[in-house]
Amino acid sequence: MTQAAHPLAPEVRLVSTRDLAWLIGSLLIVIAPHTLRAPWWLTVLTLCLFGWRFYCTLNRAPLPSRWLVIGIAAVAMLGIWIEYRTLFGRQPGIILLTLFAGLKLLETRSHRDAAVGAFLGYFLIITNFLYTQSMLTAIVMCGALYTITATLIGFSAPQRPPRANLRTAALLLAHAVPAALALFFLFPRVQGPLWGLPQDAYSGMTGLSDSMSPGNLSQLAQSDAIAFRAEFEGDTPPQPLRYWRGPVMWDFDGRSWSMGPTLLADFTPLEGGRGRYRYGVVLEAHNRNWLFALETAATLPERARYSADGQLLARSPVRARMRYDLVSVIAPAGLDSDEEPAALRRALRRPPGFNARTVALAEKLRAASSSDGEVMTRAIAFLREGRYVYTLEPPLLGADSVDEFLFATKAGFCEHFSSAFVFMMRAAGIPARVVTGYQGGELNPVDQIISVRQSDAHAWAEVFLKGRGWVRVDPTAAAVPGRIQSGLARALPAGEPLPLMLRPQLEWLRNMRFQWDALAHKWNVWVLGYNPERQRDLMLLLGVRDADWRSLTATLFTILGVMTLVLLAWSLRQLARPDPVQKAWGAFCRKLAARGVERVPHEGPRDYSVRAARVLPGSRRAILRIAWLYIGLRYGSQARTSAVARLRRLVRELRLT
Amino acid sequence: MIGALIERYPRFANWLYGFTPPEHGTVVLVHRRVYIVPARLGWLFAATLAILLIGSINYALSLGFALTFLLAGLGLAGMVHTARNLARIAISVGRAEPVFAGESAQFRLYLDGGPGFDRPAILARHLVAGSQLVVDVPAGGLAEVVLAVPAARRGWLPLGRVMLETRFPLGLFRAWSYIEPDARCLVYPQPERSALPPPSAEAAAGALRTQTTGNDDFAGLRGYQPSDSPRHVAWKAVARSDVMLTKQFTGEAAAELWLDWRLLPARMGPEQRLSRLAGWVLAAERAGAHYGLRLPGSEIAPRRGDSHGAACLQALALYQAS
Repeated sequence: MTQAAHPLAPEVRLVSTRDLAWLIGSLLIVIAPHTLRAPWWLTVLTLCLFGWRFYCTLNRAPLPSRWLVIGIAAVAMLGIWIEYRTLFGRQPGIILLTLFAGLKLLETRSHRDAAVGAFLGYFLIITNFLYTQSMLTAIVMCGALYTITATLIGFSAPQRPPRANLRTAALLLAHAVPAALALFFLFPRVQGPLWGLPQDAYSGMTGLSDSMSPGNLSQLAQSDAIAFRAEFEGDTPPQPLRYWRGPVMWDFDGRSWSMGPTLLADFTPLEGGRGRYRYGVVLEAHNRNWLFALETAATLPERARYSADGQLLARSPVRARMRYDLVSVIAPAGLDSDEEPAALRRALRRPPGFNARTVALAEKLRAASSSDGEVMTRAIAFLREGRYVYTLEPPLLGADSVDEFLFATKAGFCEHFSSAFVFMMRAAGIPARVVTGYQGGELNPVDQIISVRQSDAHAWAEVFLKGRGWVRVDPTAAAVPGRIQSGLARALPAGEPLPLMLRPQLEWLRNMRFQWDALAHKWNVWVLGYNPERQRDLMLLLGVRDADWRSLTATLFTILGVMTLVLLAWSLRQLARPDPVQKAWGAFCRKLAARGVERVPHEGPRDYSVRAARVLPGSRRAILRIAWLYIGLRYGSQARTSAVARLRRLVRELRLT
Repeated sequence: MIGALIERYPRFANWLYGFTPPEHGTVVLVHRRVYIVPARLGWLFAATLAILLIGSINYALSLGFALTFLLAGLGLAGMVHTARNLARIAISVGRAEPVFAGESAQFRLYLDGGPGFDRPAILARHLVAGSQLVVDVPAGGLAEVVLAVPAARRGWLPLGRVMLETRFPLGLFRAWSYIEPDARCLVYPQPERSALPPPSAEAAAGALRTQTTGNDDFAGLRGYQPSDSPRHVAWKAVARSDVMLTKQFTGEAAAELWLDWRLLPARMGPEQRLSRLAGWVLAAERAGAHYGLRLPGSEIAPRRGDSHGAACLQALALYQAS
C-alpha cells in the first residue's frame, strides 16, 4: 500500500546511477552526429569525461575538484584553438559546447544540476541542424528529445520505474504537439540573420562558381547533391530543352573563364514563344546570388534582379533554401537582336599568344565560310567528327589548354567543349561567351517534380549572330549527342566511374530514391522552407489579409489559450470522473438525508443503513440490500460490472416510504 | 516577500491561499486550492528557449524553430501536468500515538490520488516543524506520510498547517497547496528523569493492601486478556502452542499503590508535579504494579496494564490543560 518515502525533495537528491546513465545515454545520441565532424581526440576526450563521471557514481568516488575541471577546460580550449585557430566559429563553438556538457556532468551532484545538463542536451540538438536539416536528422533528434524528456522526468520522480517515465514523456510530448504546431505556423517569423554569422557558417555548400577552369565542373558532376527542384504546372519540358541557365562567363585568361563585372539591366517580360512553362523552383542554398531559370525566363521572380547577359540574381547570396515562381518560354520571339558594342568587344577578347593551332584552325574555317553562321556550323562539324571522348576524369592540360584538348588529348568534359568552342568562335571574329548552369534533371514519377542535381552541371556556349542576337550552341551535344538526349549516365563510356545514383544497375535503388525525393521535397517546402512569405500565404488562406506580427500574435495567443484550456479540461475531466459505485452511494445517502436520516461523518455504511432501516421500516429491505451490495463492491475483493449496474439501478428505483 | 506578507496580513494570506480553519474528515484538494508558479529550473528552461529562438532566427533554422516550439509546448503541457499531479488528492489523517513532551509527535497522513493515474514525488512538509517526506501515490492506492512535529508542551497538539508540493513531471513548475486537517496528538507531561522510585506502599499513607495476585511468585497461567502487560505474557508457552497465555503471580509486593498529587512537596509547581507523577506512572508500569492516580478533583482507581497506564498519563496530560 505504501510506497517508499524519502525525506528529500527529488531535485536536491544526489543523482543516481540510473538517472546518470539515462542522461549520458541521451547526450550521446545528441552528440553522435558531431563526432563525425569533430577531430578524433576531442571525441575521445568528451567520451572520457562521460566515462569518468559514470565511474565516480558507480564506485562512489569523489568528483574532481573545481580546479581540475577548469584545468581540463583550459587544455581543451587550447587544443581547439590549435586545431581551428579560433574558438568562435561554428564548428569549434559546437565542439566546445559538447565538451562543456562533459565538464558539466563532472560537477553534477544533485538532480537540479543534472536537469541543467538535460537542458544543455536540448540545446545541443539545435547544433545538429546547423549542418543538416534532413528528415533523418529530424527523426534521430526527435528520439533524442524523447529520451532527454524521459530523463528529466526521472529526475523529478527518482523512485518511479523508467517505463512509467517513458510513458509520461510520450504523453507530455503528445500534449505539446498542438501548441508546437500553432507556434510553428503562427509565431511571427523574422528573416534572419540578426547579427553577423561566423565566417565558416556557409562553408560546405556546393554549387556552380563564378569561374570555370578545366576540371572543376567535372568535379562538381560527381556530387549527387540536389541543386534545385522544379515543379511545373501542367507539362514538363522534355529533357533536351531543359537548359537551366546560370552564371555567364565572359573573360578568358588562357586557362579559366570568369564572369567579370555583372551589369544590371531592366527586365522586360516576354510574350509569345513556342512553349510556355509556368513553374516553381525550390533552390538549395549555394551561397551565391544567381537563380536558375529554364531558358528563357519570361518573368522575373519577386525581389530578383536581372543582368544584361540574362542572369537572374537574388539580392543577397542564397544562404537558405528559397522558393521562387516564374514563367519561361522556349525560343521566344522578339528578343533583342542588338548588343552594346562594348559587350561585343568583350565577347571577342582572348589572351594573345596562346593556342596557336586553334587560332589557325579558326582562321581557316573563317576563310572557307561566307557568313558567321557557316563558321559556326563548320566548327560544330569539326567537333562532331573529331571522335572526342566524353569523360568525368579528363587528362590534365598544360598552358595551351584549348590546343591540347582539341588536338592531343581529345578527351574532356562539357567545360572543355564549351571553352574550346567559344575560343574558336572568338578567334574567328564571332562574339561568343560561355554559359554555365544545369542541363536535364530527373523527373520523379511519384510527384512529377524535376530534381536537378550537381551532377547535372553543364556548360555551353552562346554566340552572337547579326540579326539573330545571342544564340545558344551546345558543343558538348554536338560532340557527344547522348549527353543531352539521355543524361550523363548514357553519355559516359562504359567503365567510367559514375555517381552512385546514376548507375543503371541500381534501378530498384533509384525507384526507392524517387519516393524518398518526393517526400523530401514536401519536407523542404513545408517544414524547412517555411518562411515569412509562406506564413503570409497561410494567413491569407485563413482569411487574414496583410498579416503582420500583431494579428499573428493575437491569433497565436488565442489558439494557445484555447489549447491550454482544452488540456486543463482534459485533466479536470479525468479527475472529476467519480467512481460509479461511490456516485451511487452518494445518491443513496442524499435520498436518505432528504427523509431526515443524515449520515454522520464517522458512521460506516453498515451502521448507517441499519439505523436508516430502523427509522424507515417501510423501505427496510431495499435499504439493506443497497448497503450490502455497496459494502461488497467497496470492500469486497472483486468488483463486477453487473453488480455495479445493479447497485445503480437499485438506488435509482429506491422509493422511501 | 510572500512570507512577510503572510505574517503581516494573516487574513489576506488566508484569503489568497485559501487557508482554512482545521477541516474535518477527508480534505480534497480542489483545483482552486492548487497554486502553481515556475520553479527556478523553469526560468532556466525559459532562458534556454529564448536562446534557441534567437539562434533559430539568426541561422534561419526551420527545425530550430520546430525544436524551440516543441519545447515551449512541452513546458506548457508540463505546467498542466504539474497542477494535475496535486489536484483532487484526498488527504485523510490517521491516528497519532501519544508522545511525551519533548518528543516528536508522529502524524500520519494518507494521500489518495484516486484510480486514474499515479502521482509521483509529492512532498509533504509541516510548515512550522519543517519535517517533510516525499512519497509516490500509486493509482488507486494510498501513500502514507509520517510527519514529525515536536511536542513541546503537554496537552493536545494540533497538527497545524501542512504544505503539499510537487514538481513532477518536468521540474519546471512548482505546484503547492496548504492543508490543515483536524488532527491532534495527545502529549503526556515530560516524565521526570531523576524521578524517585514510586513511593513504597507504607509511605502511601497505609494504602497498602494485600492482593490475591501480585508479581512475586509465579502462580500459574491463565488466558490472555487484551489489557495484560506484554511483560507477563508467557512467550515460551505461546511459542509452543500458539495460544496467548498470561503468567499469574501472587505475592506481598502486589500492593495497591496510590500516586497522589497531594503527597508531593508543597514547593513543587503544577507542571513539576505532573512530570513527577508521569515518571512514577512509568516506573509503576515497569514494575507491573497495581496502582491508582489521584489528582485534585479526579481519581483513577487502582488497576494494572497498559490501557490503565495510558488512562493515567492522559489524565496527567489534560490536567487543567487549556
